[in-house]
Amino acid sequence: MTATLTEAPQAQPAVDIEVARSWRTPIILGVVGLIAFVLFGLMTEGGGATTTFVLSRPNDLFTIPAITVPAQATAIALTVIAIALAGVSAWGVQNRRKIGMWLPTVYGIALVLAVLVWAGAGRTATSIQLTGLLIGTVVLATPLVFGSLAGTLCERSGIVNIAIEGQLLAGAFLAALVAGAVSSSTGSDSFGAYVGLVAAPIAGALVGAALSLFAVRYWVDQIVVGVVLNVLVVGLTSFFFGTLMRENPELNRAIGLPDLPIPVLSRIPVIGPVLFDQNMLVYLMYAIVIVLNIMLFKSRWGLRVRSVGEHPKAADTVGIKVNRTRVRNTILGGAVAGLGGAFFTVASGLAFNKEMTGGKGYIALAAMILGRWSPKGALAAALLFGFADSLREQFGIIGTSIPSQFLAMLPYLATIFAVAGLVGHVRPPAAENIPYKK
Amino acid sequence: MSAEQTTAKAVEEQDDRSVLRQIAESSGLVVALAVVASIVIGAILVVLASPEVEEALGYFFSRPADTFAAAWEAITGAYTAMFRGSVWNYNGDTFVQQFRPLTESLTMATPLIFAGLGLGIGFRAGLFNIGAQGQIIMGAMIGGWVGFAWDLPWGLHLIVAIIASVLGGALWGFIPGILKAKAGAHEVIVTIMLNYVAANLIAYALSTDAFQLEGSDNPKSPPIAETAQYPLILGDSFRLNLSFLLAIAAAFGVWWLMERSTWGFRFRAVGANARAARTAGMNVPLSIIGVMTIAGALSGFAGSSQILGTESSGLTAGVAGSFGFDAITVALLGRSRPLGTVMAAILFGGFKASGPALQVQAGLPVDIVLVIQSLIVLFIAAPPLVRFLFRLPAPSREKVVAA
Amino acid sequence: MRLELRGITKRFGTFTANDAIDLVVEPGQVHALLGENGAGKSTLMNVLFGLYDADEGEVLLDGEPADFEGPGDAMAAGIGMVHQHFMLVPPFTVAENVMLGHEEVRGPAKLLDLDAARAKVKEISERFNFAVDPDAVVEDLPVGAQQRVEIIKALSRDAEVLILDEPTAVLTPQETDELLAIVKDLSKAGTSVVLITHKLREVQAVADTITVIRRGKVVGQAEPTASQEELASLMVGRDVSMTVDKDAAKPGAVMLSVRDLSVVDELGIPRLKHVSFNVKAGEILAIAGVQGNGQTELTEALLGSQPVTSGDALLDGEFITGKPIKDVLMAGLGFVPEDRTEDGLVASMTIANNLILDLHDQPPYASGMALKPSVIDEEAAKHVEQFDIRTTSTEATAGSLSGGNQQKVVLARELSRPLKLLIASNPTRGLDVGSIEFVHKRIIEERDNGTAVLIVSSELDEVVALADRIAVMYHGEIVGIVPPDTDRDTLGLMMAGAKQEEAA
Repeated sequence: MTATLTEAPQAQPAVDIEVARSWRTPIILGVVGLIAFVLFGLMTEGGGATTTFVLSRPNDLFTIPAITVPAQATAIALTVIAIALAGVSAWGVQNRRKIGMWLPTVYGIALVLAVLVWAGAGRTATSIQLTGLLIGTVVLATPLVFGSLAGTLCERSGIVNIAIEGQLLAGAFLAALVAGAVSSSTGSDSFGAYVGLVAAPIAGALVGAALSLFAVRYWVDQIVVGVVLNVLVVGLTSFFFGTLMRENPELNRAIGLPDLPIPVLSRIPVIGPVLFDQNMLVYLMYAIVIVLNIMLFKSRWGLRVRSVGEHPKAADTVGIKVNRTRVRNTILGGAVAGLGGAFFTVASGLAFNKEMTGGKGYIALAAMILGRWSPKGALAAALLFGFADSLREQFGIIGTSIPSQFLAMLPYLATIFAVAGLVGHVRPPAAENIPYKK
Repeated sequence: MSAEQTTAKAVEEQDDRSVLRQIAESSGLVVALAVVASIVIGAILVVLASPEVEEALGYFFSRPADTFAAAWEAITGAYTAMFRGSVWNYNGDTFVQQFRPLTESLTMATPLIFAGLGLGIGFRAGLFNIGAQGQIIMGAMIGGWVGFAWDLPWGLHLIVAIIASVLGGALWGFIPGILKAKAGAHEVIVTIMLNYVAANLIAYALSTDAFQLEGSDNPKSPPIAETAQYPLILGDSFRLNLSFLLAIAAAFGVWWLMERSTWGFRFRAVGANARAARTAGMNVPLSIIGVMTIAGALSGFAGSSQILGTESSGLTAGVAGSFGFDAITVALLGRSRPLGTVMAAILFGGFKASGPALQVQAGLPVDIVLVIQSLIVLFIAAPPLVRFLFRLPAPSREKVVAA
Repeated sequence: MRLELRGITKRFGTFTANDAIDLVVEPGQVHALLGENGAGKSTLMNVLFGLYDADEGEVLLDGEPADFEGPGDAMAAGIGMVHQHFMLVPPFTVAENVMLGHEEVRGPAKLLDLDAARAKVKEISERFNFAVDPDAVVEDLPVGAQQRVEIIKALSRDAEVLILDEPTAVLTPQETDELLAIVKDLSKAGTSVVLITHKLREVQAVADTITVIRRGKVVGQAEPTASQEELASLMVGRDVSMTVDKDAAKPGAVMLSVRDLSVVDELGIPRLKHVSFNVKAGEILAIAGVQGNGQTELTEALLGSQPVTSGDALLDGEFITGKPIKDVLMAGLGFVPEDRTEDGLVASMTIANNLILDLHDQPPYASGMALKPSVIDEEAAKHVEQFDIRTTSTEATAGSLSGGNQQKVVLARELSRPLKLLIASNPTRGLDVGSIEFVHKRIIEERDNGTAVLIVSSELDEVVALADRIAVMYHGEIVGIVPPDTDRDTLGLMMAGAKQEEAA
């Protein structure tokens, strides 16, 4: 017994165990790059055909001239850059180096630009409206951002919110109904629209409350409740659309929120129209993303919410009311999604229609996962989906040989690839979909 | 945690682990009361939406009885219309007219039985498959193409077209299955996404020459060849076809598969505790892929009953209706068991069949059926809520803890 | 603070976990609550801590009745608890875990004041000489360090009564000694400590007073000077033999040969590093070590549920690494997993079905794809009889059984195949003494039948009782293989990473 063992070796000693490298990412990047090279690089119209990108709008502070590039050369260059990036990724794997998110980001931008160059090649009459594309991105992303924020709020506290779709739809419905009622009694459309905007979160919160009742009080599987609540909301809104709104057309008119361009900022080329010439709902979205991101990760409330979603029993043992937190978050999440629902009616200046959310709630759910349950990430993922949607509209205008249905599929396919592990391992809150019982 | 707590907790968790179990153990009384509660709430909606009631409310304090009379009329109007639309049309002039609603209900129930059976297998195997809609679309699309584009003799053509439908659905179940098994992709997300992919695929297909009716710009295919159509089983006056009998047969098949076969044993074990199943040597990924593929195949069968049966006039993007989503509620209501699924499918088939009668005779949108349907499932998933609504005593909850 | 429990009764359904329990903890006292697994100790403490509502009885603090709605109230009243299963949020840092529930905030936006939390962690760590980094993420810490985080958590809330629930289950003997020293320091500083345990050695080392609980009732008080035999018989209710009866092993040919086996997990962390050893027919090799040092990965790699990074294993001369689990089981491996509810049983299926999880598709239970329900039921009845599984019916769900009977179902299933090797991980964790004796007896019988046996246990007493040879694991390596009569101190040092020659 002469051993003097004062300290166990804590540091892991160097180990010579050979771990298999995962070549999946470079292979996929490479294959997609090569396909793009053939389809969009080589197939782009050559022989002096050009593509023109328009950036400025008429009332900008100053004008950025339109950019015209030789189509084929540019498309080839861009796809070659993408293939080179796949090579960099392979090099990283070979040398066991981690490469940051810049690589897939730059890769994606290069490929998108290549597709745009291809689509705009040789069209003298039409050019690619980059600014319009980006405006469309922000606008189309709006309901997705709200939806995925709602999902994040709920899931961070351990409640799976499949009912985002229903919350969006309920918000859209009530916003239109209240806007119609208020504007017809006060005679002011924009006042009515603002009251509708206030009403929307109430509808979403009600759906959230129903979700929390069944999930927290009755321990029903949260996915089941969510799916069924979606059906219920479709049924209720369609029923009242077919009765109440049909008999009283003044309750469902196309009423829109006015645009609120921010002075000066809105006239900066590109950035201005994209970010600062929007309506109240979009500005609310900016605020909510920023506030939630800070609150969730830096505040007492956020720490407690996350502890409830990860290890509710631990939270309980330090005096945090688990179920109360969950109910509050689910209702709050419902309200956020409900607010997002206003996008479909008052924020777009449209009347309510049956099932008008068209599955955006499910896409928002995907954006939440892609965004890894953080408001910041949700915003980024929603913008990505918004861009795909916007691209489809743009291509619809200029007319390309890509069938619009395939473009429409892109967000769904992207989501499938994402959840199948292409974006790395995603880790949901550990206590998701597990009722907390003492 | 001490042993008895662990056990008590384990028992409790087992009791409540999934809604599927909740539903499986809910008593018949709760099911009946859930239906009653849902119908009552539906009645409230009918009253709220009735212009006559609104009118009578205007002079409620002078003649309150009018309001109640109007409300009663609205409710009875709605529900008798539903009855006439789905069970027995006692206003019909001929027997055929009187009897047709029931056969319509069974016709509507057929795809629900197939798809509901498939989803039920998934639920029991712990897989929440939301993808029946996409699977039905794929089944109908591929089976329909064989049905209108191929030229085969009577009998054989139908069989080949059915097989094509089944394979189409199976493919759309296999994809989320293998992604779940090999990459851990959550089946809820993947199946939802595949529903949209399928919807876009069929929209695209119907814009191509291979599918579109020649000389037409409508997104609709030529009609299915008569050789590939399900024969009608009650004569030409009724739409009920052979696929209904096949659906009943499928229910027996699924019962045998889940209760009496080694595959079903594995599916159940993997669904209830995948880790223990794996430790005992079961191939969990294969089981997941198998369940999803079989579920998809059954939904593909549902697709065949649409395109080779009721929708044989031609493939459209709306061929699946909302059967895929309704099948989820059917499987939940049917407790994921074959018999329950058949009964639930017939109930919901009846709801669906009553739509036109509701619309025409009672002036109500068919969407009220969705409300009643979803409420039924919600109530059944939460028996304590139903007991609370009807002031029933709670069942004696025995937490079995053996010493 | 003087803590008194009066007539505490807690029932779960028809089961009475605590039956009119009285307990007094004097200020600055170390009060041991002794009882075997399932006696109701943890339930009692969860009642005290406000996690459960008592059906009857009351809690008095300094003579004043206290009514705790939840753990928050208990903590505010000065009661801290270190749970057996740590109540730490794995992805949070140490500082975040310590501050959770009583966070300090700063600035106009009232954001979390992490600096204050870090300072607090540092201050307490220094006071008790814990080396804990406030910014370390809890899930990356070894269990010993996690336990210290739990203690810091309780102390940061100025606990005057500290409840420690089976605190040494995850510690090496030396770490246990350190913890017991901390307990003494705390009590000197005036903190009352309630030590919940079933380990007699610890009780004698540190307790001022001992209360023994059996089947939910207080069966007696004892002085720390009482002998182990007295305490054991009070705890179990009958005389207990402190050793396991077994004859000397008659080892035969090498059955299991593990060569240079390594496992790297999904995150790239090596869990098993170049492990090599043999197990012979008719001998028990027991693997000692603190939980989380690669034992789980080793057994799962042998079974095939954990992918092997390099190296291989042979069972009776045949490779088993890289084969499907089914093939390994059929080649003659019996596997009793460490977590029976997670890996051993399908709780919602019947006992009869659980008994054939492995052989359900083999004759006589199936022919082709068809199951044979009557055969399954008959065989189940036989197993229930042979293994003394206490149940009303073979159609009862496995989840309705007690822990001991659940483990018997697992054993019955695994021993129903002809075995060459039996692997059992912590086969008696959480069981009562009767079941422990039964399981040990069966394992030794299996050895005497000529099966090679590999036992993994974090309970040193169990390792010493069963083993013919002891292998000690630390950080994914086998630091040495020693005879069963090696003294505890040496084993303890090895469990902390000292090589055999250093430790001996």
